[in-house]
Amino acid sequence: MNRRVVITGIGVRTPGANGTKEFLDLLTAGRTATRRISFFDPSAYRSRVAGEVDFAPEHEGLSPLEVRRMDRAAQLAVVCAREAVTDSGLQFEEFDPTRVGVSLGSAVASATSLEQEYLVLSDSGRNWLVDHTNLSPHMFDYLVPSAMPAEVAWTVGAEGPVTMVSNGCTSGIDSVGHGCQLIREGSADVVLAGASDTPITPIVVACFDAIKATTPNNDDPEHASRPFDRTRTGFVLAEGAAVFVLEEHERAKRRGARVYAEISGYATRCNAYHMTGLKTDGRELAEAVTVALDEARIDPTAIDYINAHGSGTKQNDRHETAAYKRSLGEHARRTPISSIKSMVGHSLGAIGSIEIAACALAMVNDVVPPTANLRVPDPECDLDYVPLTARQKRLDSVLTVGSGFGGFQSAMVLHRAGGAR
Amino acid sequence: MSEGVYVTGIGLLAPNGAGLEQHWAATLAGRSGIATLSRFDVSRYPVRLAGQVDDFDAARHLPSRLLPQTDISTQLALVAADWALADAQIDEGFFADYDTGVVTSNATGGFEFTHREFRKLWTRGAAAVSVYESFAWFYAVNTGQISIRNRFRGPSSALVAEQAGGLDAIGHARRTIRRGTPMVVTGGVDSALDPWGWVAQIASGRLSTATDAHRAYRPFDVDACGYVPGEGGAILVLETASAAAARGARQVYGEIAGYATTFDPPPGSPRPPGLRRAAESALADAGLTPDQVDVVFADASGVPELDRAEAAAISGLFGPFAVPVTAPKALTGRMYSGGGPVDVADALLSIRDGVIPPTPGTAEVPEDYRIDLVRGVPRHREVTTALVLARGRWGFNSAVVVRAVPGPRTPAPRRPQQQQERT
Amino acid sequence: MSRMTVDDLRRVLVECAGEADGEALTADRQDRDFEEFGYDSLALMETAARIEAEYGVRVPEERMAELRTPREVLDLVNDALVRTS
Repeated sequence: MNRRVVITGIGVRTPGANGTKEFLDLLTAGRTATRRISFFDPSAYRSRVAGEVDFAPEHEGLSPLEVRRMDRAAQLAVVCAREAVTDSGLQFEEFDPTRVGVSLGSAVASATSLEQEYLVLSDSGRNWLVDHTNLSPHMFDYLVPSAMPAEVAWTVGAEGPVTMVSNGCTSGIDSVGHGCQLIREGSADVVLAGASDTPITPIVVACFDAIKATTPNNDDPEHASRPFDRTRTGFVLAEGAAVFVLEEHERAKRRGARVYAEISGYATRCNAYHMTGLKTDGRELAEAVTVALDEARIDPTAIDYINAHGSGTKQNDRHETAAYKRSLGEHARRTPISSIKSMVGHSLGAIGSIEIAACALAMVNDVVPPTANLRVPDPECDLDYVPLTARQKRLDSVLTVGSGFGGFQSAMVLHRAGGAR
Repeated sequence: MSEGVYVTGIGLLAPNGAGLEQHWAATLAGRSGIATLSRFDVSRYPVRLAGQVDDFDAARHLPSRLLPQTDISTQLALVAADWALADAQIDEGFFADYDTGVVTSNATGGFEFTHREFRKLWTRGAAAVSVYESFAWFYAVNTGQISIRNRFRGPSSALVAEQAGGLDAIGHARRTIRRGTPMVVTGGVDSALDPWGWVAQIASGRLSTATDAHRAYRPFDVDACGYVPGEGGAILVLETASAAAARGARQVYGEIAGYATTFDPPPGSPRPPGLRRAAESALADAGLTPDQVDVVFADASGVPELDRAEAAAISGLFGPFAVPVTAPKALTGRMYSGGGPVDVADALLSIRDGVIPPTPGTAEVPEDYRIDLVRGVPRHREVTTALVLARGRWGFNSAVVVRAVPGPRTPAPRRPQQQQERT
Repeated sequence: MSRMTVDDLRRVLVECAGEADGEALTADRQDRDFEEFGYDSLALMETAARIEAEYGVRVPEERMAELRTPREVLDLVNDALVRTS
């Protein structure tokens, strides 16, 4: 059984962009959407900038009941799922629900709601023995966040395999990889796959402050995220979500679906080295890339664009550069590579899916998004990282990668819709 | 590739026994691990009973360096993984590092750890938050730490589906093996027994408020009134049949013969819940028919309408009273991502020892449930095939089929003593 | 607190990051690299945060990577304590 998987619908919410049209616009313009944190007073924190989504749930089709019960990350996921479903044109009422699955990624899931509840229950931290008499009925779902994929399943009545994939910062690429596996093995014909994270809340800001992974460049929020730039000082925390309708290829073709791209390869490995640290050789990420290319049955020379992890930390961008050289050889030097985290920040578990959306839109529109804020080249990152300005280019095969705490290293290959393989 | 996927090692820590054989002996003897929660003063809360892993001193089992950076749930998981790998007795270097993966499930993450960090943040300020918070809490922590401790570089993942997730991890581990990674360590461990985690569990509305430790959680009983939460879980070593044969694996507990997962229709839908379909699909995946199943380890939520629905699924699929059903988890409490893997371990031991553990605490099963619930004493009979069920809050249904592996019987169980430590 | 000793530093390291690999930190070993004791950059970051909380001495971020041995940390802390006293 050689089942192939295509993307037929996309819903996306990022800083600076509501929906695919605005997202493509932002990517093409190389516009940044990072700013001083506005969700709470950040003055006591080391990193005071973030990528925030301007999201008004009541204007996004969520009922007051849904808004009350759902954590912000779940709200974004549901809104993106509904948008992807509409975008796909798939009539789910006519579809066998037992053949529909969900694979939703998130790194910190209900962190925002957890913190809000904590302040109430503990009286702002005063009481270790928290108060059970003023308990939100949704507190359990903030503790165990599998309510999130359930909410996405309910948007279409999915009754097939439903799960949350929570692999830290590779959740968003791994959840889509997982969805592909479900379709390939025949467990589902359609999967709503994607990811959502809303980590702009004090505890998460504080934990990245503690390890100095986020940038302290607070005086210039719009230019704070500087992947591959020599003056980079860490990543900009962000929120966001992207959800796809993944469909079995023959079925999509039969119904005349508009196909964004085919997902032709996916692989994941672990560095088994350190929970947060990276070695400089990028060996395991290179291995994931190589295996993904093998699955896609293409040579490194066939890659037209690489969407990087490019978080903007000193160690990541160096690690990644080494991984590209190791896996792609000389072709690494001839391929445009960019990090959209320069524009929308790093939304942890969500960004992997957001980056897949960027790749799909890039392929449909023949555009290579730039790396914004890249003004001072770093000799340790001496590849073509597409500084500042987007380029027009026909893209037949695109590679996207992710890297995250716990040692996860993932890679995915997308192929142009209708292209020969 | 449809080669068999075998279980060759198990490490387990449960409230009624820290160690596989300790837990199994206690389970057969009906010894409960449920007691008044002792981690903090629980007297003000309406629910006070929990399954706790007592007598567990992480410092005795793990290097000092790992302790400040890990929550209790991760410490339990690392030790369970150590014990599973020791149990499997894999020679150093037999598997290349890319050929070994880790797939765990997690429901609550490193919650007690993060509760302490929240408190530090809000009482002392951001500078007090630990460097370890960035990775001690997130749901992939156990996968990551097990991977690092054992240098496993293969495809790895962490899944969340409340109490169904542990079976999903086993199913995904099997999928990963079939896609080309010969050995995958899998399972789940959870613990959220700090006051905030405790109160969050109470918020589910499903915890039993009964005060008798032996009867508070009595699944399928006429007076079932909810569940008791527990901490703990199990880690299993899964590998291909050919790898086990090539290295002369000393024991094979059994085969993960089938797996399936479904999701319920949305609340208010007239369509039926998906547990029966998950069971049917898992059996089909194993190439088996219901009459070939010797025992069902039930999800056993303890919530009356959910018990009724599960009984309907089982009696509908197998026929009324047609298959022994049991829920030894009433001795440990529901361990969320740990529950399914512990049930799978129990199922494998029931195959090994030809005995089905009873469901303690349950006195009277409603006649119209039409299930043969094993109660009172263990039931001795040959067990070749077991079905394990698990449901996660909001509609997750997962099922795993385990089956005896043909060939020489697995060695007799070791005497219940401290499992060998990895050096 | 007028001075931080080797014993103080050992206590803080152990609280923050557990016991050292192999031999414990003692006065005669304070010129060994932290790596020899098994303390990585995370352990040192946590230790620096604890030192700031307990002694009021801030280890500047830029200097963190340069401080390779217990003696270097103690010198920095004690110099700062002398200056502020």
